[in-house]
Amino acid sequence: MLRTTAAVIAGKAARVATRLRGGGGSAFPGLVAERVDPAFLRNALAEVRGGIVVVSGTNGKTTTTKMLVAILRAHGKVVFTNPTGSNFTRGVISAMLGELPLGGRLHADLAVLELDEAHALRFADAVAPTDALLLNVARDQLDRFAEIDHTAQLLARLAGQATRGVVLNVDDSYISRIADGLADGVRVGWFGLDDSAKERLGELQEQDLRDATDVAPPSTGPTDAFLTPLDARRFEMLFGRRGEGGRVGPLELHQRGLAAMINATAATAMARTLLGDHFVSATAKAALQAMAPPFGRGEVIDVDGNPLELVLVKNPAGFTVALGTYAAEHDEAPVATMITINDLDADGRDVSWLYDVNFESLRANGVALTSGLRAWDMALRLEYDDVTVGAVEPDLNRALDRFLAEHRDQPKRIFCSYTTMMAMRRVLADRYDLPEFGEDAQ
Amino acid sequence: MTTAETHDPRDLQIFGEPERSDQPARPGHEGKGVINIVHLYPREMSIYGDLGNTRCLAARIRRHGYAPVVRQHHPGDEIAADTHLVVGGGGQDSGQVRIGEDLAANADRLRGLADDGVPMLMVCGMYQLFGRHFVTVGGATVPGLGIFDLETLGGATRMIGPVVLDTEFGQIVGYENHSGATQLASGARPLGRVQHGHGNNGQDRGEGAIAGHVIGTYLHGPVLPANPRVADALIGWAAQAATGRPFEPEAIDDTTADRARQTQISRLLG
Ligand SMILES: [Zn+2]
Repeated sequence: MLRTTAAVIAGKAARVATRLRGGGGSAFPGLVAERVDPAFLRNALAEVRGGIVVVSGTNGKTTTTKMLVAILRAHGKVVFTNPTGSNFTRGVISAMLGELPLGGRLHADLAVLELDEAHALRFADAVAPTDALLLNVARDQLDRFAEIDHTAQLLARLAGQATRGVVLNVDDSYISRIADGLADGVRVGWFGLDDSAKERLGELQEQDLRDATDVAPPSTGPTDAFLTPLDARRFEMLFGRRGEGGRVGPLELHQRGLAAMINATAATAMARTLLGDHFVSATAKAALQAMAPPFGRGEVIDVDGNPLELVLVKNPAGFTVALGTYAAEHDEAPVATMITINDLDADGRDVSWLYDVNFESLRANGVALTSGLRAWDMALRLEYDDVTVGAVEPDLNRALDRFLAEHRDQPKRIFCSYTTMMAMRRVLADRYDLPEFGEDAQ
Repeated sequence: MTTAETHDPRDLQIFGEPERSDQPARPGHEGKGVINIVHLYPREMSIYGDLGNTRCLAARIRRHGYAPVVRQHHPGDEIAADTHLVVGGGGQDSGQVRIGEDLAANADRLRGLADDGVPMLMVCGMYQLFGRHFVTVGGATVPGLGIFDLETLGGATRMIGPVVLDTEFGQIVGYENHSGATQLASGARPLGRVQHGHGNNGQDRGEGAIAGHVIGTYLHGPVLPANPRVADALIGWAAQAATGRPFEPEAIDDTTADRARQTQISRLLG
């Protein structure tokens, strides 16, 4: 216990130091605490009796985690989560240090943790999750994971560690086949698209990698959740394929698009599993409708009276979904578009994936600027899809200034790789008084 | 007049390509000649943006005044005799397993085309399968086509990262991601010399292979858009194979590609 207290103190000190230097969301305090006490994480979560829930998959982790937490909190639960997006063990500890008493044990009903596929197993080695919510598998930073098959195996092993239940994507064969390899007694729940929306599956995943004949569709029950989109923004979630278990909605999110709707469906399925009979549809609906999107996932910044939207792009499926989401709104005012691509570790160092994204929807209005370390490669990519590019400005700050100045009276959107988003958001936060990275506006 | 145009449901959309680019050129629209491109195994062996190479070739063929027809070859298909350019990419282990039988069935046709001077670009996994054989980490030997005189040994360490090569087409850039280590036989010629990166095996500074008009490389990126001289070399050979006449190129503005390539060269070589 002394050791744990020492670790808490050391970690808290590191956290204060990091904050003073202006670095939000750093993993450094977690590293300090972990050095002092290697069993830190297990201790900290030892009294979280309601469950330790991990959320993983290639796309939508951050949004889904936030939605699940919002639903659980709306039901009166005290939930610990890792809101900073530092989704690996040290990041989880860093996030924890703020609320941790010196005894080192977290007081919460539930922990809901977003975990990166590559780091999820390391976490599970330290702390066995009770439940796992697994969203999808797509190509993401192949230089790190090497192969999509490998990523799928990582998630299968993570699911194998869950002691109580898993909720899986019924439409993604990489995820649905995980149901075959679970520990005895582990409950399987499902989420997915309603039959009426099946033809839109291509918007959510890369069909080219799916071998539909591979897997028989799993059978589902009345507590599994299915998405019925009603129009571009409104949707409903059915429990059971015919709604025999009830429904949530119709409702509308702050975030646009089918991807956000399926994330909400995943979060709702898991919330229902965790809450059981205490789950209230109206409460879930209200929580989802009130939720502000996490930054970079459709966050809108007011820049001199016009909206500026930062859209994080990190892999072909995610970028394609983002472009499809925004292409649908042809009746709104034309939006000025910038694309910023770096190739640092957190962005994915190989930019080949840009050729697996269809940019044709940008033909009508063109792209005002490309920027980042791979600004010229991005412009070249757009040339091959016959999208006109106004200018190429590799320097991010200069590009941002120019984009804001030249499109002052227009709504604006920036599709950005991770490190370019972080850099631009720091600049914008100073100018437009935004909440600190990882914190919410309210 | 309407024509019934059927698309193979197994075909993937190649982004940017016009709607009927898999159909024969309409009469009177053949330009300087029709060039038939075959992309091998787009579903199984094109995971790293490799369809971008085919898009690049088709677009540049058009800009040079020829008419491309883009055929996607799936397992079970036969490669046509009137093929003028062949492209293949990288895949996962599961993809390589699924194409093995088909590749063996088409081996003689592919070797014959290569002997006739039909140009080919094989990237990563397909580059390995165009060698004599591939020995897996477990020791199993997977036979290749033998178009390149080389062998590849599966290894535990992955060679990953950006690459700059010095080649007969000038400096070229790309991104490698492979665990196989490739050894060229003594008479075989590498595509280029590594200035930054690992190359075939991380030891001898060679990268890729070139045999006649067949180019093999580990470079993704995809390799052709940022290195248009390589693309035009392939197109030039293909034009010759298709028309029997020497290549008649047009001037193409490659400013964007040149800036992209130069930026990478400056970053990596300092
Ligand atoms: Zn490769």
